[in-house]
Amino acid sequence: MREALPWREPVPLDATMGEPRARGRFGEYGGRYAPESLVEACREVDEAFREAWADPGFRGALARLLAVHVGRPTPLTPVHRLSEALGVQLYLKREDLTHTGSHKINNVLGQALLAIRMGRRRLIAETGAGQHGVATATAAALLGLEATVFMGERDIERQALNVFRMRMLGAEVVPVTTGSRTLKDATSEAMRHWVGATGDSHYCIGSVVGPDPYPWMVREFQRIIGDEARGQCAAELRTGVPDYVVACVGGGSNAAGTFAGFADTPARLVGVEAEGGAGAARGRLGVLHGCRSLFLQDDDGQITQAHSIAAGLDYPGVGPEHAHLRDLGRARYVTVTDDEAVGAAVRLARTEGIVPALESAHALAWVIRAAGDGDLPAGSTVLMTLSGRGDKDVSTLKELL
Amino acid sequence: MTDPTLTAGAVERHLRARRDTGRGLLMPYVTAGITPGWTDYLRAFAAAGADAIEVGLPFSDPTLDGVTIQQASETALARGASTRRILADLSGMPDLGVPLVVSTYYNLVLHDGPETFCAALRRAGVGGLIVPDLPVHEADELTDVAAATGIELVLLASPATPQPRLAEISCRSRGFVYAVSLMGTTGERTALAASAAELTERIRRVTDRPVLLGFGISTPDQAREARRHADGVVVGAAVMRRVLDGAGPDDLRAFLATLRQALDQECDQPR
Repeated sequence: MREALPWREPVPLDATMGEPRARGRFGEYGGRYAPESLVEACREVDEAFREAWADPGFRGALARLLAVHVGRPTPLTPVHRLSEALGVQLYLKREDLTHTGSHKINNVLGQALLAIRMGRRRLIAETGAGQHGVATATAAALLGLEATVFMGERDIERQALNVFRMRMLGAEVVPVTTGSRTLKDATSEAMRHWVGATGDSHYCIGSVVGPDPYPWMVREFQRIIGDEARGQCAAELRTGVPDYVVACVGGGSNAAGTFAGFADTPARLVGVEAEGGAGAARGRLGVLHGCRSLFLQDDDGQITQAHSIAAGLDYPGVGPEHAHLRDLGRARYVTVTDDEAVGAAVRLARTEGIVPALESAHALAWVIRAAGDGDLPAGSTVLMTLSGRGDKDVSTLKELL
Repeated sequence: MTDPTLTAGAVERHLRARRDTGRGLLMPYVTAGITPGWTDYLRAFAAAGADAIEVGLPFSDPTLDGVTIQQASETALARGASTRRILADLSGMPDLGVPLVVSTYYNLVLHDGPETFCAALRRAGVGGLIVPDLPVHEADELTDVAAATGIELVLLASPATPQPRLAEISCRSRGFVYAVSLMGTTGERTALAASAAELTERIRRVTDRPVLLGFGISTPDQAREARRHADGVVVGAAVMRRVLDGAGPDDLRAFLATLRQALDQECDQPR
């Protein structure tokens, strides 16, 4: 069984995205800034994950689910017409083709199996765009767990399709009516709920944020994106490794998973944030939702509200490992506007027949802009993770187009 | 072991002295900046017999607070409350004769940097600091700075805390040990949680520092019951719900007097 697994051996740590240092640190970021009532629960998750990740039985069970239920490996698609127009060679890692339609399912199945291993009967999750909520609801249904998903009222309005999908899958969707009524507040509410439910519930965080071990664990569950793409690029590209590896960044889970496959190569890593939610590009050192990282704040230290057309990027911070990669200069973080993202989504639809999620369209928007202004030299090979499909955004786009 | 009263800070000495007279300790909470004349609440608390006062610096994302204190924080921030303005308000007050203990989330401490933040608290006459999202294993960055500035950093203990860790928390906490009575967020509850008694007993096994029970304590009956286990109580959401409903300092003084009376009655009973 073991030799059939698509995993590589873990790489050693420095800038190559291995295990975090003691106390869950990525450089000065990370840590476990949880209320005392959650510290023991975090320790239990950490212990269980370390055991599970070293257990071929656990990895085998996860690999099987990813193969037969999610449809992995996902293809690497060369986009010929768009590449020709841009003057670069662009390849898309197609996470939009996974079951449930985004990369979120990779992490959720890992955490759901972990929850079962820990004897938990219920998954708690926060969701922005609803993709992580749908993935959580799906994993819960598949594995016989209960699911409670917290979602900001504003996101419930703009992602109605995903709300219906979650309920159809049997999950309870709890509207969050505080603050900006988006992902930040849904995360706060999920944490509050977890404090009172640690005995029977696992908090299934959807991004590379939160208290240690979540940023590391979620990246490990997502590194299958980068590991697969590394192998596919080796087979497909003349150079073996792409010149650029690009992904969108909200909290940063698809980017972390993608980068993890290329951190020890010469590929240049680019994370693309929403103009109004640029934690890595414009955040200041802070602590929120259990970790020390970069967050958008005002002059008094209050966290400011993010604004993005893509609900999944509407988060005022970024995962601690991204903050560290930024400081090291190993990855670069750039921003694009709502309009650029919408334009990129339409262009991909019309030149390649692929309707991307608005989150993923941000990554493409940077590729288009950078190819145009020479930031991406002509002839470069570019791997971009297309993190999700755009069905959920159709009503948003309908109002704009 | 050296006499703890020799090394204890001013907040702890004050609380120990009052406890040692057999008095049940009362620490009411107010979200700073909630109304234009919010410091009047502090005067009312002191007049009602508070033994310490918790002053909450509102934060945009209070992840350990229930709806009442979330709403209070949002109201205060919407009024323009900030650490700077709140500490300026405190600096302008006469000494109330009871220690002030600030509580807030770690982002606000990090924003100015622990040294600047603690120094500003000290200048405003604050004696203690509670940071609910700074657990003991992350506290090194703040403990020494706080101690050097004369700010007593109060650590929290929870029903989920294992015993060896509870010993570390009790040992490193200054001022008192904040015992979180239940597995949940702040907010009023109908009864004192069963976990309160067990947690307090476990803390008592490892320290003789004052132990205050908080989270969910909302009525005189609950305060009386809490007093049977702990040295006193923290009352937050029950105060702030009244403030949000429009209660003024005199109303709060009357409410806290009922809690004071309950705690005093309980200490008349043989323990």
